[in-house]
Amino acid sequence: MRLFVPLTITFVAGIIMILQFFVPATQSMGESLQEWYMIVASFAIFIGAANLLQVHAHRIRFKGRNWKYSPVTIVGFTAMVLTGLIFGIEKGTPFNFLFLEMVAPMSATMFSLLAFFVASAAFRAFRASNWRATLLLISAFVVMLGRVPIGAMIWDRIPLISEWIMQVPNLAGQRAVMIGAAMGMVATSLRMIFGIERSYLGGAD
Amino acid sequence: MRRILFVLPLLVFTGVIFAQSGGIASGDDGDCFIQSLTAEDAPNDAGGGIDLTWTVSAHVTEPDSIVLERLDEDGVWSSIGTILPVDGSRTDEELSNGQEYTYRLVSFYGGIPGALSVEAGAVPKKQWIHTGRIGMLILLTIISLVIFYFIEQGKRGKDLYIRRIAGLTAVEDAVGRATEMGRPVLYIPGIMDMDDIQTIASMVILGRVAMKTAEYGSSLLVPTCRAVVMSVAQETVKESYLQMGRPDAYQKGNINYITDDQFGYAAGVDGIMIREKPAAIFMLGTFYAESLILAETGRSVGAIQIAGTAMPSQIPFFIAACDYTLIGEELFAASAYLSKEPKLLGSLRGQDVAKLFFMIVIVIGVLAATIGEAWGPAARVSDFLKTITSVG
Repeated sequence: MRLFVPLTITFVAGIIMILQFFVPATQSMGESLQEWYMIVASFAIFIGAANLLQVHAHRIRFKGRNWKYSPVTIVGFTAMVLTGLIFGIEKGTPFNFLFLEMVAPMSATMFSLLAFFVASAAFRAFRASNWRATLLLISAFVVMLGRVPIGAMIWDRIPLISEWIMQVPNLAGQRAVMIGAAMGMVATSLRMIFGIERSYLGGAD
Repeated sequence: MRRILFVLPLLVFTGVIFAQSGGIASGDDGDCFIQSLTAEDAPNDAGGGIDLTWTVSAHVTEPDSIVLERLDEDGVWSSIGTILPVDGSRTDEELSNGQEYTYRLVSFYGGIPGALSVEAGAVPKKQWIHTGRIGMLILLTIISLVIFYFIEQGKRGKDLYIRRIAGLTAVEDAVGRATEMGRPVLYIPGIMDMDDIQTIASMVILGRVAMKTAEYGSSLLVPTCRAVVMSVAQETVKESYLQMGRPDAYQKGNINYITDDQFGYAAGVDGIMIREKPAAIFMLGTFYAESLILAETGRSVGAIQIAGTAMPSQIPFFIAACDYTLIGEELFAASAYLSKEPKLLGSLRGQDVAKLFFMIVIVIGVLAATIGEAWGPAARVSDFLKTITSVG
């Protein structure tokens, strides 16, 4: 029974989702399943919030490793929830102020870090250690040159070569990855729908 | 028997396609601004829709507006919308299936109704097969049959060669390294929810990784971006520990929810990396712009990193920053590869053979399209392949 119930649910849900793609008359069943998922996910938000508070409260209570960061998390979480519930989320409310003046700049800061990480990763990736890395270095150099005005000033064909690299070898590689991934998705889905893959249930037979 | 099983669905599909005949009605009027009005059952829907198409005359004075009217059950015309005085189309939706609906267009000049268009009617019906997806259905059936065939071969104990995937071979080494160093293993399942196939694949691999950590006695940290993923991850890891006979080693608190926010999650996971200094980091699932932020931070703490995603735009970042990268299909092959179970390996073999089939189709398609420029029959082959591989 421990296996039968989850495997049956997986099978029925999987078959309905495949069926609704090919049989328009069953689309409402697929839509209902997606709505159920949204309902489950909405309730899961409370579980997530409870887990967050529980983990950090536990860490503070038992003075766990790096516990000093936990009060910051709890205060931030509580402030956002309470201001949102009490004053609403419209423009001019404390929640809106906290979001625009604290959350958004912090997110932007994290995103901005990407520029530095791209530079360090590119430095490693573009070292001409072998012929393949050298090829990558040359292609990247041409592509970057073709995307800025100075590229066309040096030689008017550089933007065209850059575009060719992006549209022909790069796109072909990306499509190959996507086709392979699609095969993998089909195989994984079949394995799960038909109960061949059970490791998510602990690998029990 | 097998032939019957194969032919029967094809017969059913053919019958269904021929059974679907949408009601079409149209009219023509030379004196009216509206030249023609056509109504037909909307194709490939679950019913309740009628497609309306009309043309206007260039020789009759253009009205200020046109009102689309539908005949009620009581025999009264009621407006369902005002439209621009140009050629156009519209779909009337949320209708009852099997009931006939009649439409007309009324031209208004200075607020006064002018000549009426001809009437057109149709009956909305639900369709039992999406005609634009038949090609996809055939291809999916072929792939599925190939995969099932090789699963059966695997079950029968046939020796199936599976190429070595370096990133997956390194999983055991990575967990072993973490154990030797006394540091935790960090598993990041991407930032998408459980309705994403990559997250599902990631949960399957998490089960295998958890078995290894349970076996070696390493600590496993799983910070998640979605609450549902957290619940699934907790159950998956718990089952794996139970399976390995180490339920006492399972720590629910190590699998926790951080935030739904993309960069908030990246900041939280970066913090865990800096503080906990994991010896092995797995990044398997769907990643977007945070991929490089996570991978570079992981690299800075000296962890062995195994990443995998089917997002083509993030793969280069992982290749640049991680020790091993599972590219696209390898992410989905991971569970089978790690388990070494014959039936799962059979599905991998089937997946590879299906890929070979598509490679052959692509080569034939490219050749047919090229030769088709000069030779008609080749162009027809190319068009046929284009049709069956397109999704409507």
